[in-house]
Amino acid sequence: MISIEALLSDYTLQIVTLGSAMLGVVSGVLGSFAVLRKQSLLGDAVSHAALPGIVFVFLLTGIKQTEMLLLGALISGLLGTLIIISIDRYTRIKFDSALGLILSSFFGLGLVLLTYIQKIPNANQAGLESFIFGQASTLLKRDVYIMIALGTIILLIVGLLWKELKIFSFDPEFAQSLGFPDKKINIILSSITVVAIIIGLQSVGVILMSALLIAPGVAARQWTDQLSVMVILAATFGLMAGVLGTVLSSLVENMPTGPAIVIVISLIVFLSLFLATKRGLLWRHLQMRKNSRAINEERVLTALYQLALNHDDIYHAHQTAMLNPGEAITRKADKNIVNSLHALRAKGYVRSDYFDTWAITDAGIEQVSRIMVENGGEEL
Amino acid sequence: MPKYLIEVEDMTVAYEKKPVLWDIDLKIPKGVLMAIVGPNGAGKSTLIKAMLDLVKPISGKVLFNGADYHSQRRYIGYVPQRESVDWDFPTSVFDVVLMGTYGQIGWIKRPGRKEKEKALDAIKKVGMEEFIDRQISQLSGGQQQRVFLARALVQDADIYFMDEPLQGVDARTEKAIIRILQKLRTNGKTVVVVHHDLQTVQEYFDWVTLLNTKIIKYGRVEEVFNEDNLKITYGKIV
Repeated sequence: MISIEALLSDYTLQIVTLGSAMLGVVSGVLGSFAVLRKQSLLGDAVSHAALPGIVFVFLLTGIKQTEMLLLGALISGLLGTLIIISIDRYTRIKFDSALGLILSSFFGLGLVLLTYIQKIPNANQAGLESFIFGQASTLLKRDVYIMIALGTIILLIVGLLWKELKIFSFDPEFAQSLGFPDKKINIILSSITVVAIIIGLQSVGVILMSALLIAPGVAARQWTDQLSVMVILAATFGLMAGVLGTVLSSLVENMPTGPAIVIVISLIVFLSLFLATKRGLLWRHLQMRKNSRAINEERVLTALYQLALNHDDIYHAHQTAMLNPGEAITRKADKNIVNSLHALRAKGYVRSDYFDTWAITDAGIEQVSRIMVENGGEEL
Repeated sequence: MPKYLIEVEDMTVAYEKKPVLWDIDLKIPKGVLMAIVGPNGAGKSTLIKAMLDLVKPISGKVLFNGADYHSQRRYIGYVPQRESVDWDFPTSVFDVVLMGTYGQIGWIKRPGRKEKEKALDAIKKVGMEEFIDRQISQLSGGQQQRVFLARALVQDADIYFMDEPLQGVDARTEKAIIRILQKLRTNGKTVVVVHHDLQTVQEYFDWVTLLNTKIIKYGRVEEVFNEDNLKITYGKIV
């Protein structure tokens, strides 16, 4: 364990964290589109399929030069994706089967090659396995500069083609009819997504890279119904995960960065799923309960009013059981009615005369006529 | 000046072995409101998509005003099937309608004030101004259909292709949409509509194409929309 203070003033860590921050932002932005286009799993395939490429390049060259390794990753990642798409198009095998098949076979090949490498005497091979789970601290200053340059280019492209990406993600056919060919936009979007995945491999690793791509978009979607807000939020979540994950992994010795980043982003996803104000589970539950309570109150008040209509004395008090005619009174239904009556009394719409008997008030009658007008103007 | 606004010649489309459309010849004059009817799987949507170059035909060509589709795209509007998109997409009514202006703006540039006014106008035309900021998943089927219609109106086209714009809408919305389509025709536009309901063909449209992989008949409703032709189109069931 290193003290946080010493950590924050560590120049190497600052540089590395900067790289992770950029990676998080880019992943969040591009992942939003992947989530909306229901292509979350393709990123998983690309990153897994990249492993044999990395190891193969090292076998050929014998040195660990980031650019060359990532070039190998790019080629085998694209090759894997191409095979998946071809299987889906030209055979009767479905997309998800093709994906599972290629993803695991490429990854398996990568692991076999990696094991083979570890058997040959070469001092350089150490650290190659950090591509599996990622290790941000292995990033060189130069690597980070490359990440920042590529990330900036990607963000620029997204900014310039914002309108095109939006219409393509929502309605590719209509986009094409307007003169924005879906093939062209698809190639652009897929290419920059693949680049983002590749530059993330060293710090997040081939297994967990797709989580950093998808999770920020999923979390952001819970909070908003606007694409621009969603993308900005996803970028922010990605940035938080990148930075916190990197710091976390450098606090604990030998902790790979990928899992640390994924833990942070998963936390953000779960919090969003439950607490988000637009689509969060908790919020939706509360909203539904509020709605059903309001409807129940209206129902009880209307029933009371109808009972009153059958009496000479409108303000005649009735027993609770009378308010649920024709229905078997279960304990729960009974409780709901009593709860509604208490709420109505608090609002002044009903009065409780004696024990368990209830009467409507003038304010209540007024409220009933309002309810009836709202529900399509039933005759009073 | 060609006599017909839209001409389809010898068009055949096949996805797999079996042709979906077989040797289609179709000439549509300017200023008609035409229904395409036929049984399920007759290729109605495919016909529209092939004319819009969204589906590549094996053979044949389509001419608009005597020229090919790409040079005339600016004058052609499209309403896809409502089910073709994910209505849970994070966007609002206004945003979707604004998309109709994207074709006029071209690549990279953003919609400006002029485009936003156009979108607002179209939203008013379909009576959706109350829902302008609403997220699109909160709309009913009829409202979604009206949003798609508004998006096409914004295109300010001369020719409109619509894929089942009356699908899943209530009677009142149906009447409202038909009024808009008829007004388009009155203004000299040409509107081609994939339609499901045989009962209303005579009331709503002035031209009709009876389709079942091949074109059975097309022309003025009063000339071709009769029991004999419908029997050929739908088999013996009608």
